Amino acid sequence: MTNLKPTSEPSVADSAELLAETSAESGRPVRSGWRMLLPTMTPWLAIGLGLIVAITLFGVIGPYLVGDPRAIRDMGLTGPSADFWLGTTQTGQDVLAQLAHATRGSLQIGVIVGLLATALSAFFGIYGAYRGRAVDEVFSLFTNVFLVIPGLPLVIVISGFVPAESRGLWTIAVVLAVTSWAGSARVLRAQTLSVRNRDYVAASQVSGERPWRVIIVEILPNLLPVIASQFVFAVIAAILGEAGLSFIGLGASNSSTLGTMLFYAQNGFALSLGAWWWFIPPGLIIALFGTGLSLVNFSIDEIINPKLKNLRLHRKRARRAARLERELAQAARRGGPAATASKESAR
Amino acid sequence: MTAADNRRDEAVLTEPALTEPVLTVEDLTVVYEVEQPVTAVKDASLTLHRGEILGLAGESGCGKTTLAYAVNRLHRPPARISSGRITFHDKDGDDVDILALEDAELRAFRWDKLSMVFQGAMNALNPVTTVRAQLKDTLLAHRPRMSRKEVRERSEEVLRRVGVDPGRLGSYPHELSGGMRQRVMIAMAMLLEPQIMIMDEPTTALDVVVQRDILREIVRLRDELDFAVVFITHDLPLLLEISDRIAVMLEGEIVELETAEKLYREARHPYTRKLLGSFPSLSGERGAFIRTGVDETAPGEETPEATTPTVPAQAPTEERA
Amino acid sequence: MTSVHVTDLVKDYTIRNGLKRTRLRAVDHVSLELTPGRTVALVGESGSGKSTIAKILTRMEKPTAGTVAVERDDGTTVDRSAYRREVQMVFQDPFASLNPFHSIEHHIARPLRIHNRTAKGEETRERVLEMLERVNLTPAANIAPRRPHELSGGQRQRVAIARALAPGAKVLIADEPVSMLDVSIRLGVLNLMGRLQREDDLAVLYITHDLATARHFSDEITVLYRGRVVERGPADAVILDPHHEYTKLLAAAAPDPERPGRVTAADPVDRDAIDNSACYDHFAGEWREAGVPAAEAKAVTRAD
Repeated sequence: MTNLKPTSEPSVADSAELLAETSAESGRPVRSGWRMLLPTMTPWLAIGLGLIVAITLFGVIGPYLVGDPRAIRDMGLTGPSADFWLGTTQTGQDVLAQLAHATRGSLQIGVIVGLLATALSAFFGIYGAYRGRAVDEVFSLFTNVFLVIPGLPLVIVISGFVPAESRGLWTIAVVLAVTSWAGSARVLRAQTLSVRNRDYVAASQVSGERPWRVIIVEILPNLLPVIASQFVFAVIAAILGEAGLSFIGLGASNSSTLGTMLFYAQNGFALSLGAWWWFIPPGLIIALFGTGLSLVNFSIDEIINPKLKNLRLHRKRARRAARLERELAQAARRGGPAATASKESAR
Repeated sequence: MTAADNRRDEAVLTEPALTEPVLTVEDLTVVYEVEQPVTAVKDASLTLHRGEILGLAGESGCGKTTLAYAVNRLHRPPARISSGRITFHDKDGDDVDILALEDAELRAFRWDKLSMVFQGAMNALNPVTTVRAQLKDTLLAHRPRMSRKEVRERSEEVLRRVGVDPGRLGSYPHELSGGMRQRVMIAMAMLLEPQIMIMDEPTTALDVVVQRDILREIVRLRDELDFAVVFITHDLPLLLEISDRIAVMLEGEIVELETAEKLYREARHPYTRKLLGSFPSLSGERGAFIRTGVDETAPGEETPEATTPTVPAQAPTEERA
Repeated sequence: MTSVHVTDLVKDYTIRNGLKRTRLRAVDHVSLELTPGRTVALVGESGSGKSTIAKILTRMEKPTAGTVAVERDDGTTVDRSAYRREVQMVFQDPFASLNPFHSIEHHIARPLRIHNRTAKGEETRERVLEMLERVNLTPAANIAPRRPHELSGGQRQRVAIARALAPGAKVLIADEPVSMLDVSIRLGVLNLMGRLQREDDLAVLYITHDLATARHFSDEITVLYRGRVVERGPADAVILDPHHEYTKLLAAAAPDPERPGRVTAADPVDRDAIDNSACYDHFAGEWREAGVPAAEAKAVTRAD
């Protein structure tokens, strides 16, 4: 049989309304639009936030508590000990100290790239879609061009082209941002096109609202969950991308990141020498940070699509309703007084 | 005197005692199992007679759609039928207790004996297959032994019946106008010659001239094929035109069930009178409500609704969710 | 007080289909007069061009040809900068026309602030409450901080009306303002608009497909068919004594409990004969050419 249910495409643009409805249904009217955009606390979100906060604290405060990561000692490749919790490298450098500084470097890259990429995608995606016509065509074409450029090879080429001495943190960040914004911009463009055609946008234009205010005050709040999700994703991608670049020796020359740590570990034959304390900690931090951000992203997904939020609750209620109804059907089949039987079971 | 008037007079005379019932609903209650369970339909009882058009009028959230879905057991959890009895009286004399049907029996029952035209049905056609394929799928699902030729003939016949050129069988839904798609949906609903057709706001999204065509088609088909129609809408004047009897629903309860003529002339329930008064007459006097500035707020509307939980929409499918 | 003179409005849309371009004329030489205190109903089906006219009047679209002149009583013309203050619109769908993210107060405060009707926060707030009370949303202090989803459809549409009037609008374009509302509250909202119109001496363009409310709530009806005006005249004359075939068909398609059986009866006119080449003007009492500039429209003879 054909699909008989009216199909309505879900759109992120509806999320505010849906959220409002779901919260109203659960009996907690939400007065402030902003508070509505905060995810509800779930165990997964708590774990994710915990991981992010712990690693960020380690990256921010850690470097002040550890010794000089470059200091060379005459005790190469020793395992974890009371003096050096994570052992030493081939040249006797403190792995823990390196790890703290490397985490800081990776976080810096991640946040810078995340902000740059989000800004680029928001500009090209939202502004283009809002202006429409020629601007949209040009922006769209531009976005598509960037979308089909293979990211990593380009990054390798650019990084290889820029001389090592001028290949600083910012150069790498810009290169990563430029190659990673296009996908998000397309998503944002689609969402903006949807929101832009809402009557409330037209209404605010008719009341004389200036274009930038229409974008920022009327459209943007409805896109915030998507943008937040894209930012989180951009941070993960940037940290991984930078780690990849550094690992093949094309990273920022003047900074140390988790990627450079792995690069040196590889060069120092850490794996074949069994110096697990040298390569496992940076790898683990990358993995855990990525996990944390992903968990946060799942919670943001629930905001973008509030249906997910009430899914479990909804399923529970549906199961209960179905069970009660089955009892009624059975009672009817037995020929018993269905009405009374079910009324009792409803109690 | 128009044909419709004659028909109505006849109906008044013959009804309700002389025509046999095709569907009996007794004390049907439907509850939404949400935080605080909401009773969407409360002890609704009605009898649908063979060949009758029964109008079901009410405003958004009054439970009319929930009732229609529940009759067919098409409602989705968390909605559930908490009590009541629905009996279908088959043409060959069998009585079917719909609530007692097993899933497989229920699937066979739906569409075959009782079909539905959903709200916004014209957008429910599958956009990637032709009208022909969709009619065929429906036919073969219920009549697996039908030959290819029979399928084709039946498909052409139903399209012709609803006033769509059978040449359109090869068309994709987007190639048809809204009115045409709605007709195709009606054709699909009558494909298996059901004894009951439930139509939920079948014309709301259409222009009045197209609506008129479809209404005429429904009335004509009813006269020819003698199926019973439950016609759900908020448009009371429209129901007065086409229905034999009208049930008015308010907050889940059927507050009045009367022949169309009687309902219009001597409505008993105040809500019915209010609904009737909500439609200015096209040809009557320029009435009292005309720009007098009074009665700007409908009773009940001014009460703040923040405290009442949002009833999970009237449609069990919850289009938004 | 402000009136609007719409002269020979034309709007073409270009439809690109591969390399082929086709021109679609959505509005074809439509002329309208909106005067203070009077309501003109624009009646037609979807695709007849009525929403396009609304968009042009609210400057959301540019006309291909023709002029929209907005003039105050003292003869001064409303220029671009003041246009949005004078001409406002109420949208069809109250569920879509309010931003779910913002409070009711935001929706009314913004137009007040944009058009410098109020200076500072406290004053704006008072004006917002005043506006809410004007549209019978009481207690206003209770309604203002809420967000759209906490209000019913009728209440939302009242907010939309308050927003439209907030800049001090003198011309109101109401695009099917009640078609999405529950039937029992429609008349209430229309009556409200009627009162506001009298109080502020508004010029109102009431766009609708509902002939019955068009008749009761407007002074004048203009029937649009495929982009052209095919009949115009005083509300009662157009509905009770329609001349154009299309108007007759529309009138027959609207259910009327007083005269049952018309909807399901045979067509009163031959549908194939319906065209939009001529317009019956009840004021002049004659048929005129349609789809040509108003000044050049010649009288034509045509059997009714």
